[in-house]
Amino acid sequence: MSPNAYVLLGAVLFGIGAAGLLIRRSPLVMFMCIELMLNAVNVTFVAFSKMLNDVGGQVVVFFVLVVAAAEVVVGLGIIVAVMRRRSGISADDLSLMKG
Amino acid sequence: MPDFVAPTLDLHALAPEFVLAGVVCVLLLLDVVLLDRAKAIVGSIAGLGLLGSLVPILTLATSDHPTRTMFGGSYVVDSTSLLLKALFIVSAYVVVLLSTNYIGEGDYWESEYYTLLVSSVLGMTVMASARDLISIFVALELLSIPAYMLAAWSKRDGRSNEAGMKYYLMGVFASAILLYGMSLLYGWSGSTQLSEIGRAIGEKNSPAVTLGVVFVLVGFAFKVSAVPFHMWAPDTYEGAPTPVTAFLAVASKAAGFVALIQVIGQALVLRMNVMIPVVAVLAALSMTIGNLIALRQTNVIRMLAYSGIAQAGFMLAPFVASQYGGIDAIVIYLVLYAATNLGAFAVVMAIARRTRSAEISSFGGLFSYSPGLAVALSVFLASFVGIPPLGIWYGKLSVMRALIESQGRWATVLAIFVALNTAIAAYYYLNVAKTMWFDDAPEGESTPIKVPTSLRFAVGIALVATIALGVYPGPLTDAATPEATPAAAPSGR
Repeated sequence: MSPNAYVLLGAVLFGIGAAGLLIRRSPLVMFMCIELMLNAVNVTFVAFSKMLNDVGGQVVVFFVLVVAAAEVVVGLGIIVAVMRRRSGISADDLSLMKG
Repeated sequence: MPDFVAPTLDLHALAPEFVLAGVVCVLLLLDVVLLDRAKAIVGSIAGLGLLGSLVPILTLATSDHPTRTMFGGSYVVDSTSLLLKALFIVSAYVVVLLSTNYIGEGDYWESEYYTLLVSSVLGMTVMASARDLISIFVALELLSIPAYMLAAWSKRDGRSNEAGMKYYLMGVFASAILLYGMSLLYGWSGSTQLSEIGRAIGEKNSPAVTLGVVFVLVGFAFKVSAVPFHMWAPDTYEGAPTPVTAFLAVASKAAGFVALIQVIGQALVLRMNVMIPVVAVLAALSMTIGNLIALRQTNVIRMLAYSGIAQAGFMLAPFVASQYGGIDAIVIYLVLYAATNLGAFAVVMAIARRTRSAEISSFGGLFSYSPGLAVALSVFLASFVGIPPLGIWYGKLSVMRALIESQGRWATVLAIFVALNTAIAAYYYLNVAKTMWFDDAPEGESTPIKVPTSLRFAVGIALVATIALGVYPGPLTDAATPEATPAAAPSGR
């Protein structure tokens, strides 16, 4: 496959992730969709890096991977804190504050 | 393949960041070594450490060559970035002052709280110097990830959990959008450095560049809570512990603006045709919708959240006039807004210690039993409205001047929006002042509110900054203007 196809793959994955985040209501699944979006970004960066013959794009991927790992830890922590209080919660139930 | 050449490090230029990183390590170690005994000292150490990191900023500002460039132009320390670093550090110091009693008296983990707060500030100071997509992204995450945790800090409070969850999901979503935009900009320019990107996308135009620019702007719009990407802000502000809210509303929002300043000022200058309409629409929507919703709030914290959204609109507007001093106007506005907003939060916290509520009605008759707090809050509210000579009036003036001088179509429309919205905002700010001065006090409220020393100190710093910078804004203007020499007359521009 040419790098162009991977750029397209990245765009499709990003779209799926974004759509999933907006449609699904379970915090855990929304969270997985965000990971999908971040990985779509990684695919795009690597594809561009290959097309441009420039290593910079691949360096970005390492940073994104590390940051995404840190985000997973924090995100799961917050989700666990919420689930402990009210199990089986959906994002729509998080509505103590409105207006 | 050329041999690897180690980049030269200017340790003096990096000293503020090193001090902050050291403070983070010390706070973490203290918690591990002293366990519960650390609680008594972590707050003071965090405060002292923040003040300590101001020392290298002062020596850098007064040194012979204030502009220092590292890593091939990816990291720049100049007078504007020093001013912004000082803004972040002083704001964080005031937040530490706000936190000492609040966090000490509540059911909170203290050492980790201050560790995360200082690491978030470290991310902000890096952001002020970052001129490269990678360092901007890492700085943004370093300042955001601790903030997600701080928003959910009150673990047993459902509202704090909800605040953290909403902030987290929206924040990470915004990061993903921002990163995708960055990947498109990288793909069309072949560099991660902002100045290179600026050159490359100025020469080549393609739909992908437009998409990249829009995605990057939308990603930052979440961070600065611009309408229509503001949904998280009021709930997060209300649910998070109040000192954290002050931190998010001031420092975190300012960091988002700093990132926008770098990206727009360095990379998008030649793509104004895409940038101006997007930013102008965001600014106009933020001002108008933020103000209209603020009008019907009954809770002061939520009102401050929506007023913060409206103020973000005022600060976004000058980007359309960035060649006419618009960027300087934003920096000036950021500093004045930080002073005023921190002060307002400090007073609201002092009052809420007694009344246990932040409803506007609970402020009734405050002047009769606690005149000092009532006067202080009135000063901050008047500064929000833009009454001279208090703080934000000068920010509003700079914004208007930049917009009118640029004479662009979008800028003129925005100038009208700014004027109209200033008038709308006056109503809800002054309504709170009216409640304090003229309404009756609730039953049994007659003794003055006792304000702890640290809160008094925080209100004092904010009051002095709000009044002094409003009366004599010359030094602030000099520092915010990149080319200004120390000898330039304050009234020169």
